[in-house]
Amino acid sequence: MKAHDEERIADLLRLLRPAPEAWVRAAQEIPLALRGLDDIVERARADDRFRRALIADLESALAAEGFEPDAKVVDALRRRLPADE
Amino acid sequence: MRELTDADLVVRCRAGDDDCWRELVTRYSRYVYAISVQAFRLPESDADDVFQEVFARAYEHLDKLRDDSALRPWLAQLTRRLCIDTLRSGSREQPTGEDADLEGVDDAIERFDEALSISEAMRTLPDHCAEILDRFFAQDESYRMIGEALELPAGTVASRISRCLTRLRGELEGEGRNAAPAQSGGWR
Repeated sequence: MKAHDEERIADLLRLLRPAPEAWVRAAQEIPLALRGLDDIVERARADDRFRRALIADLESALAAEGFEPDAKVVDALRRRLPADE
Repeated sequence: MRELTDADLVVRCRAGDDDCWRELVTRYSRYVYAISVQAFRLPESDADDVFQEVFARAYEHLDKLRDDSALRPWLAQLTRRLCIDTLRSGSREQPTGEDADLEGVDDAIERFDEALSISEAMRTLPDHCAEILDRFFAQDESYRMIGEALELPAGTVASRISRCLTRLRGELEGEGRNAAPAQSGGWR
């Protein structure tokens, strides 16, 4: 730790500005989102009709489940969906 | 929650403690944001993607962290790599930071490390001190705004900032006398 005068402390404190609240909230909800995806994948394994609906229109199916169907969520889910049989 | 060390947080996050995960994100959100926006000068849309990706990967790969107390350098390394990937991907609309000077970036990250150490020292101050210093310096609020929020006269705000800054300096000087060696990060 370097020596700190009060001016230097103040300058350093100014460097760490808050990130936008929405970003922080979204990152804090990552575990919930991942668990939500786990539930969807489980349902898709157990329910063939649901799985087909997901494969046919993933974005709409995600929106219906309360997820914002952004590209990352869609990609993550597409990778995890059980293959068509 | 604020008093938990990084290593404690990591252990509890691995065990599925969502409150600890929220604290971890709170603790490092400004740091990750500063690296992407100030050091790499990413536009906000790219910085948002990097921010989410850093925390998503951190959550998924917490078990790969070699040393639980080395969370900070690990996140810095992850953010740095994702920012470079973003700049190289050419997907951004504006050419900001195309010729990013990585040496300058590393200098900036070093300053953010130091700033984060000061933020950590602020956690040892009484809540009213941490809040008033954060509002004034990091959030750039005026005496008037702070006074309205905390129901204090502007003169009291000014004197409290000065006293709290002196107190923070005292904490840092005490810490300096007992400084631990720097940690190094990395993957398992």
